[in-house]
Formats: sequence, structure tokens, C-alpha cells
Amino acid sequence: MNWSYTIWIPLLPLLSFVINGLFYGRMPKKMSGWLGTSALGISTLLSWVTAWKYFFNTPHQGPYEDITAWHTTWMHLTDRFTIDLGIYLDPISIMMLIVVTTVSFLVHLYSIGYMATEEGRNRYFAWLGLFSFSMLGLVLAPNLIQTYMFWELVGVSSFLLIGYYYDKPSAVKAALKAFIVTRFADGFFLIGILLYSYYSGSFLFEDINNIPAILESNGSLPVFMGLSALTWGLLLIFIGGAGKSAMFPLHIWLPDAMEGPTPVSALIHAATMVVAGVYLVARLFPAFHASDHGFALQIVAIVGTFSSLFAAIIAMTQMDIKRVLAFSTMSQIGYMMTGLGVSGIGEEGLGYTASMFHLFTHAAFKALLFLGAGALIHAVHSNSLKDMGSLRKYMPISHITFLIACLAISGIPPFAGFFSKDLILEAAFEKNKLIYAVGWITAGLTAFYMFRIYFMAFWGEDKVYAHKPHDPGITMTLPLIVLAIASALAGWLPFNEWVTSNHETLHTHFNIGSAAASVAIGLVGIIIAYILYKNPSMTPQKMSNRLGVVYQTVKNKFYVDEFYEGVTQQVILKRIATPIAWFDRHIVDGTMNLIGNTTVRISSIIKGIQSGDFQVYAFGILIAVIGLLVWLNYFIQ
Amino acid sequence: MDSGIQISDILIVTAIMFFIGVYGFVTRKNLIAVMMALELIINAAAINFIMINKLVFKTNLHGVFFGLFIIAVAAVEVAIGLVIILNLYRLRDSIDPEEITTLKH
Amino acid sequence: MDRLTILIIIPVLTVLALIFSTKRKSYRVIAAIGMSIQTLYSIYLLLEYLSIRQAGNTSEMVFTRSIIWFKPWNIRYEIGVDGIAVAMILLTSIVTVSGVFVSWRIKDLPKEFFVSLLVLATGVFGFFISLDLFTMFLFYELAVIPMYLLIGIWGSGPREYAAMKLTLMLMGASALLLVGILGLYMHSPLIEGQHTFSIQAIAHSPMALSDQLFFFPFVFIGFGVLGALFPFHTWSPDGHASAPTAVSMLHAGVLMKMGGYGVFRVALYLMPEAAHEMSWFFLILAGGSIMYGAFGALRQTDLKYINAYSSVSHLALVLFALLMMDAVSWTGSVLQMISHGLITALFFALIGMIYERTHTRDVTKMGGLMKVIPFIAMMYVMVGMASLGLPGMSGFAAELTIFVGAFQHSGVLERVFTVIAVLSIVVTAVYILRVVGKMLMGPIKTESFYHMDKARWYEKTAAILLLACILGIGIFPNWLYKLIRESVEPMIKLIQ
Repeated sequence: MNWSYTIWIPLLPLLSFVINGLFYGRMPKKMSGWLGTSALGISTLLSWVTAWKYFFNTPHQGPYEDITAWHTTWMHLTDRFTIDLGIYLDPISIMMLIVVTTVSFLVHLYSIGYMATEEGRNRYFAWLGLFSFSMLGLVLAPNLIQTYMFWELVGVSSFLLIGYYYDKPSAVKAALKAFIVTRFADGFFLIGILLYSYYSGSFLFEDINNIPAILESNGSLPVFMGLSALTWGLLLIFIGGAGKSAMFPLHIWLPDAMEGPTPVSALIHAATMVVAGVYLVARLFPAFHASDHGFALQIVAIVGTFSSLFAAIIAMTQMDIKRVLAFSTMSQIGYMMTGLGVSGIGEEGLGYTASMFHLFTHAAFKALLFLGAGALIHAVHSNSLKDMGSLRKYMPISHITFLIACLAISGIPPFAGFFSKDLILEAAFEKNKLIYAVGWITAGLTAFYMFRIYFMAFWGEDKVYAHKPHDPGITMTLPLIVLAIASALAGWLPFNEWVTSNHETLHTHFNIGSAAASVAIGLVGIIIAYILYKNPSMTPQKMSNRLGVVYQTVKNKFYVDEFYEGVTQQVILKRIATPIAWFDRHIVDGTMNLIGNTTVRISSIIKGIQSGDFQVYAFGILIAVIGLLVWLNYFIQ
Repeated sequence: MDSGIQISDILIVTAIMFFIGVYGFVTRKNLIAVMMALELIINAAAINFIMINKLVFKTNLHGVFFGLFIIAVAAVEVAIGLVIILNLYRLRDSIDPEEITTLKH
Repeated sequence: MDRLTILIIIPVLTVLALIFSTKRKSYRVIAAIGMSIQTLYSIYLLLEYLSIRQAGNTSEMVFTRSIIWFKPWNIRYEIGVDGIAVAMILLTSIVTVSGVFVSWRIKDLPKEFFVSLLVLATGVFGFFISLDLFTMFLFYELAVIPMYLLIGIWGSGPREYAAMKLTLMLMGASALLLVGILGLYMHSPLIEGQHTFSIQAIAHSPMALSDQLFFFPFVFIGFGVLGALFPFHTWSPDGHASAPTAVSMLHAGVLMKMGGYGVFRVALYLMPEAAHEMSWFFLILAGGSIMYGAFGALRQTDLKYINAYSSVSHLALVLFALLMMDAVSWTGSVLQMISHGLITALFFALIGMIYERTHTRDVTKMGGLMKVIPFIAMMYVMVGMASLGLPGMSGFAAELTIFVGAFQHSGVLERVFTVIAVLSIVVTAVYILRVVGKMLMGPIKTESFYHMDKARWYEKTAAILLLACILGIGIFPNWLYKLIRESVEPMIKLIQ
């Protein structure tokens, strides 16, 4: 079967980027959006065709095959280390292909309406094209270096898109923060890749995941602090993943990244780029699982669980609708990490499937939430929940779709989030009760904060609006409707047949107890939100006042940002960089100048001899000649 | 022919000439005088060449010819020197060697 | 006429044409034409070289020629190139031609300016084709001397100070170098009763270890100063800050690469045993200054200083990779030289363009340039990305090669410095983005910034030429990698 056409899936967005970028000033403003959208439309079509062919139309016995659809040598470093660019198809990459192209296509379409009045639309669509290309390159990568390359490229496109409103200082700051924090993580990622590949002898995922072969070819691996070098490599790689996926403590960039245009947040900071870390761990899952009996995987689970709770707590206190969604994203990604962290391989691989399933459904409902929030922001010209209320009367389509997304993320059946979240909790329950408990509580918190913003925006008090809010045009509502359908129905997909840790069908059985427990806590969250926010009241205000310091701490995101600010400003800039700069200018350069100045000074002392009076010189010559004669006569035999 | 002139006599005379020249060269405050002192030095050397040739190396004439060369060179030197002095005078309105110190540093 | 001498003849003829031309407007045209021919010729040379290799010629150097010009000391005009030299020649011609375009509107003494610039370029070309140590040294000096005039006359700020400092430090380095070269000569093998300056001959019968240990530091530091080796790098920030745009470009882009090339071709290749013995010391210097330069750049506010410190950091990476002494890191190091040459040349070109418009180089005084000069600003962002090692740009290909090569050494010292080198890319990102954020983004700070000229055609030509090369290497690095790797291979075999 010929798969080589898949190369066009990433190439079409690239083409859109190149054309939009090169003809930046000359292209009609309307055209750039439609160009990007149609490129992505074709890519989406191709992705769905690929998925259909792969899952339904390829005769196979047993597990799904890994296919290298296309590849070329990018750099032939040594025979061992050859860096290829290629397209690697397996269940998870195809799943990501569907997610990325579809969401990207819908976001493109939505942006045509959303950005209709912006001056720099061409630039915007160029960056979107670049992002889509990079993200596709990332998910299709057959080796770690390609992953890293596109990993950096998505980082840059994220930087450019967050900083789209580049004359707004807060947007610039957010863009820099996003890039630098993820770059910091990527530094460790690269070290991890180098360390790991030193032992595995290859960058290819097939070789990297084959731990027994690595152990065999290396004899004994060096051990540092009780962990083998491979585990260290994996942990470093996970730091990279945690940076991109905004896991604690590298999450600080994600809330600020909301400074970008809202469709960008939907695409990059909800559905695709931020789940790259999850995808990376899933890619290397066999290695994570086998190295040191899954020690690295335990770290993944702990980080994921903690982040999901941590973010959910913060999300309850934020007033900016997009920031709530950002923390919600972080929390949900924490779930996915937890799912991977508690998973085994083969028949025990429930967590893996659940995690991927949640990634899939989350992409649908979180993109929907962001796009819905975009519609609200578009209508009321503010991000703050304080400026919203009773919007259900004005924006029926946005209202219904938003409600569906809220129900989905809260885990209410039969919406998509219920199925995937329940599977994760089930897997956690089998592995570790504490992780399960935290996940269960987080589920309740999630339902609460989602319905908090839902009630505050669509119900609550009737605000007086300067412009009467209304549902946006068709290019914006169509994506909302499509995603709402997906959020409602995606849960019924038989994911356990398609995406599993060993590419074979995983047999799951519906656990009624666990499902009931998670639905119950979800409902509790919704009911509390209903009581507090359905009708305007002072109760939430009073409660937060009662909580005092605790509330303030949470509202200020546990002061993690301030901590980082302190470290970078006080320690790195003031204690390291400034002294180095001073040292260089004054000590190192000072020494050089001292040498020069000393020479000048000595010469100025002895230059008096050189009076310029030739008669003095002549006298000097005379004395010298006489001296020479005397010396020759009396001292030389 | 015995003229009674000893080589030492010649050397004493030229040495006196030479040192008078040196003294003049170092102390005169007028470039023309300095030039004249220089002539004394050169001539002292020229006389030495010729007389030593005459009294010591009687079989050839190298010293005499060399003396002729020195005279020629000295003439040229005087010509150039005077030109320089004239130009200096035009530029600086002075031919005092102490004021011509552009060689400094 | 043999192929390589033409590389010297073209700039010399251009210089002559400049000297005899009298029209003010024609100087820049002559210089541009001359250097464009040179660039085309370099490309032709590359193709010729590739076809010769294709045909199965495996000798270390090709297009060789040796003419004796000073018999008593057996000094020869011995020339020849391998893949590394060909690549460096191509880099030099591209940087020079864009340098000429950037100085299109030079006001004072244009004739003299272009003459000095081309003499400098001649020296660099000569340097890269020489295989005779003495001739090489001669060309090296020929390249350094015009620098003094170029900075001292056409510079800005404390230009006399900067020019003097630069020249004196480089001359001091030359003195060390000369000692080293004479040492190599005195201990070189006797051919027909005469010592030789020939690099190839010396490489095939290196001197005894004790002599190597004595002369190695001389040569390494001598070239290292030019390659901004800590603590002898301080001429570079001052020199770059004062130099006119084209000179900064040529200097950082090409001249500093002569340092790396010299270390590689003379110090390491001719004295490999000493290099192995003493590499730990220089490894600490180079490895440390990767981070040191990066942190130094973090606190600067003058664009050119930022870039100069960034060069210190990136060139330290070159020396670091060279000291790793294996084929992959050597290749990476040469790649990094080429990549950094292009990137930094573009950086300085853009800084010159910005300075011409804003009349300041202080980043804290600028803001929002993206709005008024989008082309230049966008170029700056792109080259910044290239400098911080964004995949798809040449910097990434080079750095990745270096890191992969360096990681194959499992010694503790190498490991530690490799990790430091990798982490330096984080600091690089910080100081580059800081500039991008402060200068290009944000609100426009000064009223006068609203009225700025858009980029002119010659500025665009220079910038696009350089950026195209950066992207070209970044996207398709393999041919360049192969070109360099094939030439590194025999050298590595010889010294191990």
C-alpha cells in the first residue's frame, strides 16, 4: 500500500506559510485566510483518508504495523547516527494527525471571522500555517531529533503567535516567557536525547524503545544515584515534555500565553502543542516502562497528578475566562500524564489508551471552550468574567455549544469527557489509590470551575452592554457546531481497538462503580457552582473573604511566578550575569588596558631622552663611539 | 723624500680639527655654523685618508681617490644642507637648531 | 594561471580598478562587480571541487601548486584546497559581497574604504588557500593591517582606542604565532637538506612530543586570540562596536574564523600529540567561555556589544568542538564557523541598518521597530532565531553536530563541558529574545521613530543573500556536512 502521499499533509500548511509569508505585503487581506484554510482543509481530508485506510482498509493480522511512509536523509553524521526526516505512521501518530489537522482547520476557518478586522491578518495566517506544519512534523517524526527539531519550531510559532499583538507590552512579555521557559526545558530535553542516544546508538524510536537490545549491546550501564543512565536520559527528556505541556513547575508560561489571539489559544495552548509532552511520553512509552522498572513513569504520574490538582485549585479563583481555561488545560494534561504514568503494557495498558483517548476528546472540547470563549470575547470586548452575564439571551449558539463542552469536561455522560476521564481514573484506581483519590477530587473541582464560568458568563446578572452582543458569523459558528458534535459523540469511539500500548485490541470492561463515583463528584461540583453563581449574589465574595490568605495565595497562583521572577532577576541577572559583565569589562579588559597603559607610561618616562635636538643626539653618538672604543681597547682581549 | 712630517703630526692636526668640528657641531646655535663644523669633521677624515695613503701605503692611491670622493660628497652634502636650511628658514624664520625639534617622539 | 590564484587576482584587479577610477559613484559599482565575480567564481570552484571528488580523486588537497619564492628559507607559494577551505572561501566571498552592498552609501573616502576592504578580503582568501605556513602568516597579516585603518578612519565612538586595541592584541598574537611557526619550521623534516614550511609535509612527520608541548601553546593562543579565546577576547566587543558595518561583518564573519581555521589546520593538525596532552586546559578555557560569553551578552545594552559577546560564546563553541578531536565534532566545528559567519554577518548588517535609522544602538532606547521597518525587523527576528539554534537554520545543524560529536567522549571533563555547552543555548535564547522583545516589539518609544526609511534595495540584497544561505544550510545541511566530513576524515586518520 502506498502511503507516500502523506507527505502532503504537512507540506500544504508549509506552502500556506511560505506563500503568506513571501507575499506578505502584496496579497489581498481576504485571500490569506482562505488560502490557509483551504490548505488545511485538504490536509484534513488527507488525514481522515489516511486514518480510514490505516484502521479499516489495511488487511492486517494481529497488531497494527508501524509504517515509515516517506523518509530522506537530513544529515548523515555517522553510520550510527543518521538523522532522517520522515513520516512515521502508527496508531497514535494517526490519531494526532486527525486532531491536529482538524482542529487547525477549524481554527483557520474560525479565524477568518475572528480576525476579520485585523491589519496583520496575513502575518497571522502565515504563522498559523507555520505552526500547523511544525506540529504535523512533530507528530509524524520517526526519530527523536526530528521530534526535537519540530518541537523547537512549534515553540517558535507559539512565540510568534502569542506575540501577535506585538505592540502590547504584556503580550511581548508573555511571548518571551513562553519561549524562554520552554527553551529552558528543551535544553534538558536535548541533553536527554544525547545521553540516551549515546547508549541506544540511534535516534530512531524503534531502537530507543527497544530497551533489552540496548542493555545487551552496552553490557552494563553506568549508574548514577541509583538510576541507570537510560532512566536519567528519560527523565531529562521528560523535563522537555513537561515544559511544553506546562506541567508543574514549568507551567508558568501557559496562563500568560493567553495574551495571544483566542483562536491561537484554542489551537496551540489547548488542543495540540501543549499535549506534545504527553505525546512524547506516549511515543517513548516502552522505554519509560522498561527502564528501571518504570521509575521514570512514576515520576510522570506524580508530576501529572500534582499538576492536575494544583491547576484545578488555581482555576477556581481566576476571573479572566481564558486563564481559567488555561489552568483547566494544565489540569487536564495532568490527567493525561497520570494516565500514562499508571499504565502498564499490553493487557495492563488501560492507562495508556485512556490517556490517548482523553487527549483526543480533550482536544475537541477544550478547543470548543476556547473558541466559545473567543466568541464571547468577540462579543463583549473583554476577557474578564466581571464584564459578562446573561449572555444566553444574546448568543444561543455559543451558549449551547459552550454548555456541551462544559458537560464534556465535567465528565457527565454521555459526553466525550466522561468516557476518557473515567478510564483514566479506573486505571489509576488499579495502580495507586492515592493518585485515584487526587484525580477524583480534581474531577469535582473541574466540574465546579467550569460551571462557575458557565454560570457567570451565560447566567448571572444582566449586564448593560455598549454594543448588543450577538452570535458571530457562519465562519465562526460552524467550527463551534462541529466541535460540539465531536465533544458530544467522541466518547463512543472504540478507542481500545485502535490506540493501545501494543497496537492490539485492549479488552476493557465498563466499571459501573467507578463511573458512578466520578459522575457523582462531577454533579456535586456543578450543583455548588449552580448555587453560588446561577443568580448574582455576594456569597462567593464573602467566602473568599473568609478564606483570606489562603484565597489570596491561590488567586496569585501560589506565587510561583514571583518565585521565578525572583530567581531570574535577583540570582541569575544580578548575581551571575552582572558580575560576569563587570568582571569582563573591568578585570579581563582592565588587565589588557593595564598592559597597554603601562607601556605608554614607561615610554612617557623615557621619551625625554628623545628631545628632537639633533645636537644632543650627535653628542650622544660621540659619547657612545668613545665608549665603544674604550671598551674595545681595554676590555676585549 | 724626507719632509720630516711624521704620521703622528698629521694625526694630531686632524684630531684637533675633528674635535673642533665636533665641538662646533654640538654647541653652535646657528645651522650654518653647524654645517661649517660638519665640514671640519669631514675634512679631518679626508686629510687622514690622503696622508695615511701617502705615508703608509705608498704603492697605491686608494686613499687619495677616496679623499676625492669625500670632497665630492661633502660638496653635495653642503648643497643639500644649505637648501634644507634655506627652506627651514622660510618655514620657521629661524635656523636655531634648538628650535627645530620635530624629531621629538 | 591556476585556479586558486585567480581567487587572489580578482580582488587585486578590483583594487587596481578602484585606484585608477576617478568617478565617485563608480567605486561601489566596481567593488560590487568585482566581489560578485569572486562569489560566482567561488561557486564555480565549489562545483569544480565536487566534480573532481566525484571523479575519484582522493588526495588530501586538490588544485595544488608550489612555487618557491624565497630559496634560502625554502618559503613557497604553496596553495591547495580541501573541502574545508572551499567552504571557507565560499563563506568569505558571500560575506564580502554583502559587506560591499551594505556599505553602498558610505560617505567619507569611499575609494579608500573599498580599497581597504578588498585588501582585507584578499588577505583572507590568501589565508585560506595557503598550504605554506609562512605564506599563510603573510596573508594573515595582510588581512589584519587594513582593519586598523578601517576602524580608525571609518569607525564610530572611541574608534582610535578600539582600532589600536584590536591591532595591538592581534599583533601580539601574531608575535606568538610567529614563534610557533618558526618552531614548526626548525623542527620540520629535512627535504633535500632544507627545512620546510609546508603544512602537508610537517603533518606527515610531526615533531617530537617535547617540542610540540613547547610550541603548541604559542600557536594555539596565537590563533586563539583571533578566535576570541578567553581571556584574550576583549578586543572583540570594543572593535566591533566601533567598526563600520561592513567591517564588523567581515571581521566577525570571516576574520575571526581564520582563528578557528588556524587552530584547526596548524595547531591541532601539526601538533596532535601536544593537543591531546594539553587539551584539558584549553577545554576549560573554551568550555567556560561558552557560558561566560552568553552571560556577558545578557547584561549589555549596546546591540553590537551583545553581538560581540554572542560571538565570543559561539566561537568558544568552535574551539571547544575542535578540542574534542574527533571527526564529527571537527565537522561540526567547521559547520559552526560557516554558520556563525553568515549569521553574525547578517546580524551586524542589520544592526548597521537599524543604527542608520535610529542613530542609537542602545536597546533600551528603542521599541516597536517592527511597525516602522518590518523588513529589517523580521530579518532580525529570523537571524536571532538562527543564532539561538532554531532547526531549519544553519546554527542548529552546526550545534547539533557538535553536541552529538562531543557527547561521544565519556570523560567527566568533556561531559561536564558538553552539558554546559548545551545549556548555553538557553542563555542564548534569553539574550536574543530580550533584544527582540525590547527593540522590535512593544510600543514605539520615540516620536522620531515613526518616520523611518524602509529598507532599500541594496540592503535587501545583502540581507536576503545571507539569509538564503543560512536557510539553505539549515534545511539541507547534508551536502555541506559531507563536503567537510570527507576532508576531515584523512586529517583525523593521520593524527590518531
